[in-house]
Amino acid sequence: MSDTSKIGSAGRPGRGGTTSPSAAARSLAGGSAVARKPPTKAAPAQKAPVKKAPAKNATSGPAKKTSAKKAPARKTPAAKRATAPNAGSGTGERPRLRAVTAEDAAAAAASAAAEAERETRTAGAAPLSAGIPLDEIVGAVIQGAQRVLGSDWDTRLAELLATIRRRLSGDYEVDEFGFDQQITEVLTSAVEPLAEKWFRLEVRGIENIPTEGGALLVANHSGTVPIDGIITGYAVNKYSGRHLRPLGADLVFSLPFVGQLARKVGATLACQEDAERLLRTGELAGVWPEGFKGIGKPFAERYKLQRFGRGGFVSSAMRAQVPIVPVSIVGAEEIYPLIGNVPSLARLLGVPYLPITPFFPLLGPLGLIPLPSKWIIEFGEPIRTDAYEPDAADDPMLLFNVTDQVRETIQQTLYRLLGDRGSAFF
Amino acid sequence: MSRVVLVTGVANPLASVTARRLAEIGEAGGISRVIGIDTVVPTGDLGGTKFVRADIRTPVVGKVLAVEDVDTVVHLDVNSHRSNAGGGGSKELNVIGTMQLLAACQRASTVTKFVLGSSSAVYGTSPRDPAMWSESMSARGGVRSGFPKDIVEVESYVRGFARRRPDVIITTLRGSQILDVAMHSPLSDYFAGSVLPATIGFDPRLQFLHLDDALNVITESVLEDRPGTFNVSADGVVLLSQAARRLGRPVIVLPSLGFAGVSRRVIRAAGTDVPPDLHRLLTYGRVLDNSALREIFGYEPMYTSAEVLEQFRHQIRPGILAAFGGNA
Repeated sequence: MSDTSKIGSAGRPGRGGTTSPSAAARSLAGGSAVARKPPTKAAPAQKAPVKKAPAKNATSGPAKKTSAKKAPARKTPAAKRATAPNAGSGTGERPRLRAVTAEDAAAAAASAAAEAERETRTAGAAPLSAGIPLDEIVGAVIQGAQRVLGSDWDTRLAELLATIRRRLSGDYEVDEFGFDQQITEVLTSAVEPLAEKWFRLEVRGIENIPTEGGALLVANHSGTVPIDGIITGYAVNKYSGRHLRPLGADLVFSLPFVGQLARKVGATLACQEDAERLLRTGELAGVWPEGFKGIGKPFAERYKLQRFGRGGFVSSAMRAQVPIVPVSIVGAEEIYPLIGNVPSLARLLGVPYLPITPFFPLLGPLGLIPLPSKWIIEFGEPIRTDAYEPDAADDPMLLFNVTDQVRETIQQTLYRLLGDRGSAFF
Repeated sequence: MSRVVLVTGVANPLASVTARRLAEIGEAGGISRVIGIDTVVPTGDLGGTKFVRADIRTPVVGKVLAVEDVDTVVHLDVNSHRSNAGGGGSKELNVIGTMQLLAACQRASTVTKFVLGSSSAVYGTSPRDPAMWSESMSARGGVRSGFPKDIVEVESYVRGFARRRPDVIITTLRGSQILDVAMHSPLSDYFAGSVLPATIGFDPRLQFLHLDDALNVITESVLEDRPGTFNVSADGVVLLSQAARRLGRPVIVLPSLGFAGVSRRVIRAAGTDVPPDLHRLLTYGRVLDNSALREIFGYEPMYTSAEVLEQFRHQIRPGILAAFGGNA
């Protein structure tokens, strides 16, 4: 690094005291032994930010796939030496790199900068050290940024700042339902570790989701807290690239924070008007027709489908002439095994049930951590409704039949998936 | 055929601007006279409008209809809040005024057209609302008191009138709130405040209406025959948090329970006020579907909600946080 430094433009002025010459003077002198001295001394400074990431990797295990693997290619020899013993922990990972989220980037960049700054301070304080040239510090910071954001780190950083600025000035779009695409993308990447690492999600039949046009996804509902809706939304977005627009109960929209967030990720009220409006505009709508009967059922009745509403979802799909995709979700039942209920208190609070699980409320907030069950989501073959006339939606018997067909499909798929999965947790 | 138009409530800003606009169109557009009626003398310029000081809650209005040979009634005297009438006075004016006016219209054989300036408040506001309201839906909650209750009653009287006088062309315009400092709609006053009180944990979707769009729609329903009920609203949606950021005004979040009561006084001390009928709107929001206005009425709104807000931003003082917000 010091080879590239120029006289007067880099290095600190006045560093050369009475005992030692300045960095610039040393490189001018050309003596190989003297000139190489600063780089070896500076090595710890470079080591520090570099070493940090593999250490973090080791502690957080395979859950955190940072871009550590990319780094060696770009590292200086000194940095390479520093990471060489730790490289093994990084290379054993899967080839798929996780997208670095904005939070990760900001945190890592901040820590790298702080580390570099600390190193300069200590180096400057040490009377013996000849000091680290400024360009090496800048180089280290840039390296840190490269490691976190990739090789095009400067444009990405600029984009990130521009996005934050646009958000702060309210310069973004939401659709009529309040769907905010930017927030949804951030949240999707936030849900990813939960889905992929905690629940070890397996997705089947993603090709059954139409690549364009409206479709109604109908799924079983379970798990005391509707986490299955979040994970299904994640799976659809991640694997098919489309956004799922969930239809939620009115309770969701009367709760503070929950309702606000639900609208921002694209949810809307489960009513005929909204469902048809979404489907007509070619969106993927998701519905959980069992509703509270499904998520609030006792653990003993797991994977037994409840009544599928009143078949309103079938009539919506028929009116909009879109296919119904049956979705079977295995794994959600075990996250919060519901073993008890306090109906009187629930009525008082205005909620449909007040759950008691083996760990809640016994362990307090700890009991809110979902159990790490293994999840499988299968998207079944679409059931076409365009064979029927739109006004067939007024024929209740036909609606019941189609509802039963969807329900039966999901129930059979659930049994099959349960067999495939084996143990719920391992 | 040359029309004689009666505009009610001309003391309020929208009605006075409407009356002036209609008077300016004049004979060229087929309007021979415009008569404005209200209980107080309007402060604004009415242009060529003939002002009659009368109370529409009294049978005098029938005489006005007869004497002036009125054939088109534009009823804009339905307001959520009035500066000159306290508390229960607005209900008195909104509902009783409409009843008397309709009674007079039913008698007056000359009346052939009735335009009601209704409000989107007729849909109420509740968490059970569909994402977008179309004209055939009816309120699911939040219409039990205040202005929404008034407006529901007013519309039901107008429907009754439509049954009894099928020969009269009735246009009901359910407008979103106009965002314009001069119009003093509850939302304009709210956004003009220095801080914006909001309910904690809720980010309502709001829609606005530009004054020009409102005037164009009212004028068109006077000049042309557009029977029916229409949502009049700009396209697009702006979230409350988004609007606050664009205006550069800080949001003060309050728990929903205390929103109406004690905290309101604190807010008022800071120079802002939340009109009573705005609480629910600022909690759950409301969005109208204006496809009927486009397809049946045949009017394309000129401004989107975001553009209306942007124009409004230039009318008001810059907010405290304007340096961070807005795209000026």
